[in-house]
Amino acid sequence: MSNKQMPKEFYTMMEELQSIDFVLVDLTLYLDTHPNDYKAIQQFNEFSQARRQLKNQFEERFGPLQQYGNSYSNYPWNWNESPWPWQI
Amino acid sequence: MWIYEKKLQYPVKVRECNPRLAKYLIEQYGGADGELAAALRYLNQRYTIPDKVIGLLTDIGTEEFAHLEMIATMIYKLTKDATPEQLKAAGIEDHYVNHDNALFYQNAAGVPFTASYIQAKGDPIADLYEDIAAEEKARATYQWIIDMSDDPDLNDGLRFLREREIVHSQRFREAVELLKDERDRKKIF
Amino acid sequence: MKNFTHKKTYHPYISPLDPCPPIRTKTYSTPPHLYMGFQPENLEQFNPREALQAGTLWKAFYDPYYGPKEKGRGPNE
Repeated sequence: MSNKQMPKEFYTMMEELQSIDFVLVDLTLYLDTHPNDYKAIQQFNEFSQARRQLKNQFEERFGPLQQYGNSYSNYPWNWNESPWPWQI
Repeated sequence: MWIYEKKLQYPVKVRECNPRLAKYLIEQYGGADGELAAALRYLNQRYTIPDKVIGLLTDIGTEEFAHLEMIATMIYKLTKDATPEQLKAAGIEDHYVNHDNALFYQNAAGVPFTASYIQAKGDPIADLYEDIAAEEKARATYQWIIDMSDDPDLNDGLRFLREREIVHSQRFREAVELLKDERDRKKIF
Repeated sequence: MKNFTHKKTYHPYISPLDPCPPIRTKTYSTPPHLYMGFQPENLEQFNPREALQAGTLWKAFYDPYYGPKEKGRGPNE
């Protein structure tokens, strides 16, 4: 049984990441049909850099977001730690 | 290959335990115009479509899996810790005697998911029109679920999903325009 | 366009023999993408947080749908 509760910052950082990632998702679909929009590609690359930084900050505090080696692991292996997305 | 990310696309919230709403939502989980059908439809079409729209099908198909996880989260939260009395009142005790709290790929009427929901004609225009229709049908389904729901937090997430159907439909319409482009006309010598 | 809306209405025939009380005006959605054509470049965007909330990065596609049970927001907004 676990009585662990995620702190408020978990939710605020998560939502910040969701916001940046949403821009990237919608820009991706746009660029799939508008491959020559230079300004949109610039925006995409800027947001891509920002999400990389935010992902690192989030993972330092709350553990890996991705696995198969796309995130580092603490000791012991912490990928399996709750909460999973549907539990938060 | 696919990489899972331990995060939802949108912060799903549900205000109260309400198994009846979960019964409606299962339509978008394992129904004909649901998120599973959408993901499988688009990813499967990629193998027989001109290269310039494969990226779009890959990316929308992948986003549909994120939506599937959002729907699952909504159902999970709406039914978590519900009592047998609540389940009976919601009219879903027949689901529970078979599956308990497990999610099952079925529609709101309990019909199991079937591959025949997913068309694959091999003609790029026919397939993209199928995709546009699928997005509009999913948009309509979200409208009807929102109409039936009195949970403002749930509706907030459903509105997000409905809006994504609009954007996806837009991109599929653009994909048709790309394939109609005269620069790619068949050369006659 | 004057009085442009993303909801359209129609008035179905009503028979004196219809058993349910008639709904005189029926509505249906006609979201903005139906009028967009190929999206032009440089359309106005939401900021990231608004975009996530709206479900679209571009304001031109925003078409929120509210149910009849949602307070203060009729289905026609």
